[in-house]
Amino acid sequence: MLSATRLLAVARKEWIQLRRDPRSLILAFVLPVFLLLFFGYAITWDVKEIRLALLDADATRESRELVQAFEASGYFRVVARLDAPGELDRLLVRSRVTGALVVPRGFARDLAARRTAPVQLLLDGSDANTATIALGYAEAIVAGHSRRVLLQGRRLAMPLAAEARVWYNPTLESRNMIVPGLVAVIMSIIAAMLTALTIAREWERGTMEQLAATPVHRLEVVFGKLLPYLLIGAFDVALTVGAGLVVFGVPFRGSVLLLGGMTLLFLLGALGLGIFISAVMKSQLLATQVAMVATYLPALLLSGFLFDIAGMPPALRAFTLVVPARYYIAVTRGVILKGVGIEALWVQGLSMIIFAAVGLGLATAAFRKRIV
Amino acid sequence: MADDAVAVRELTRRFGGFTAVDRLSFRVPTGSVFGFLGPNGAGKTTTIKMLTALLRPSSGEAYVAGLDVTRQAPAVWRRIGYMSQKFSLYADLTVGENVELFAGLYGVAGARLAARRAWVLAMAGLEGRERRLTGELPLGWKQRLALGCAVLHEPAILFLDEPTSGVDPVARRAFWELIAALAAQGTTVLVSTHYLEEAENCHRLILMNRGRRIAEGTPAELRAAMAEPILEVQTDDAPRAVEALQGAPGVLEAAMFGRALHVVVADAAVAAEVVPRTLAAAGRSVGAVRRVQPSLEDVFVALVRREGGALEG
Repeated sequence: MLSATRLLAVARKEWIQLRRDPRSLILAFVLPVFLLLFFGYAITWDVKEIRLALLDADATRESRELVQAFEASGYFRVVARLDAPGELDRLLVRSRVTGALVVPRGFARDLAARRTAPVQLLLDGSDANTATIALGYAEAIVAGHSRRVLLQGRRLAMPLAAEARVWYNPTLESRNMIVPGLVAVIMSIIAAMLTALTIAREWERGTMEQLAATPVHRLEVVFGKLLPYLLIGAFDVALTVGAGLVVFGVPFRGSVLLLGGMTLLFLLGALGLGIFISAVMKSQLLATQVAMVATYLPALLLSGFLFDIAGMPPALRAFTLVVPARYYIAVTRGVILKGVGIEALWVQGLSMIIFAAVGLGLATAAFRKRIV
Repeated sequence: MADDAVAVRELTRRFGGFTAVDRLSFRVPTGSVFGFLGPNGAGKTTTIKMLTALLRPSSGEAYVAGLDVTRQAPAVWRRIGYMSQKFSLYADLTVGENVELFAGLYGVAGARLAARRAWVLAMAGLEGRERRLTGELPLGWKQRLALGCAVLHEPAILFLDEPTSGVDPVARRAFWELIAALAAQGTTVLVSTHYLEEAENCHRLILMNRGRRIAEGTPAELRAAMAEPILEVQTDDAPRAVEALQGAPGVLEAAMFGRALHVVVADAAVAAEVVPRTLAAAGRSVGAVRRVQPSLEDVFVALVRREGGALEG
């Protein structure tokens, strides 16, 4: 019953229309790269060069060595030198500095007397994340410095030595983690937006009536419309992953084929969802807005892209199970960063198949040629 | 009966509490040009949408080419051509691309496509303009192209919903010549219009108002059904003259007809005296008064008034 000729006639028509519509072209080819660069540069969890005020009341060689240890680490930069504690409050309130290092008078004397020499680190806790990370760095620097002071050139075996190695992202660059996830978030949005317009536009312009009175089957319309966008979606994934590799230097460790296969399934689901929204709304404006809300927020907030799913309240955690981007993010991160194969991603693979089936099912169920 | 291209029995469509088409029954003989006539909101478009299987009837039945529109929609779509009220080809496709799209949808390919494509372009006067964007064409050409795309697959039955609305009189006449040519080749054409002079081109007409059939027949039959004589009166201010004649003795109906009046009267001889006197009393000038044959417009106006007027809007 279904005819390839009719399906291809619809696909060809859709492709021509897309080519002549600047709005669709921007959505399809400009927005993905723009979003990748925008988010890629804007989002970073790396804490480097923490701005520090210094109050060195001791002003000795020993105190200067400690300050130097802080600066040499690369995590801290002294941007202000204070003479009195009173000035610190002003700097912290205005966010000119993230914290302050206070070396009290008598620091060198205590060290020479082999007493514990206290130093004070004041941190701006209004950004708890940065403060926690800064505290961790500071403690490590102080501990390392203590050891050097204690040993003073002598060698001593430590009873315990932890040797931490970070796998898959050895330099702990948050960008390496962001870019693969970003590809998934961007494609969730773009895919649904691309097709959200397609059926609604035909209802609005009245062309659907002419199309509906021909022998074309509704499945031929849905799949004919899907085909060009599937190609564009696949191209977008290649484009954003490529840009991630080139611009952000993200490594690609896994199988291109596996990523490609999973991507096609994900795109089928997402594009189908867009067609479903379009067929139900029958208005381009409404469909775009619904597609945006239905994809953007869950993909950004509930996919594990920005926030760890394990840390969410149980109700939200349960909801993330039906956010397709959650599984696709696991795929992009897994394949790109870890180089894992299907044996580690079969749950995601299954989820992609279900998502594709649901998306296409909804699209074909919602779109009817005849008005009841 | 089996020879009828379209057979409709008690066809009804309700939208909520509003009945757009109310127990409509009619037959369309194969090869004829069948006109739907009626004011806006009469139910012409709703009827055509049910016959083209785009809208499900609430009750009643309709057969197109012997096929049940409710249960055999896909088969119906293969045998019909349809041109909707609103221009609905793809404006952002070129002339040639639109032709190819509909050829693909109707399964017209190969040598037949080449022949049909050439025929459509010649018919629409668009030879050499295949690469023009459809949206940039003048409306008359768009309409002819839409007709061409609707008959690419040489359908047995063609549905045209107000195909000439907004088109200038010359283009409209050309369009009706195309319809006549298609009918001469055996195509059954169902066409709706609210241009009464166009209705004269139809073999049979159905007059609709408020979703119901109020009259049916050939144009001559419909005119003949109007027994009351009609006087055409020349006057200076037609709208005021109509007002002045309302309720005058022997006057059944007064309506504007161009810049003149058409007055339906009980007795022509009596009215020839009463009408000029009434108008003169109202301060209107009175020119020539003569008895005329009823036009379809007279019939239509009289019937719609008798049925309680058209729907507002």
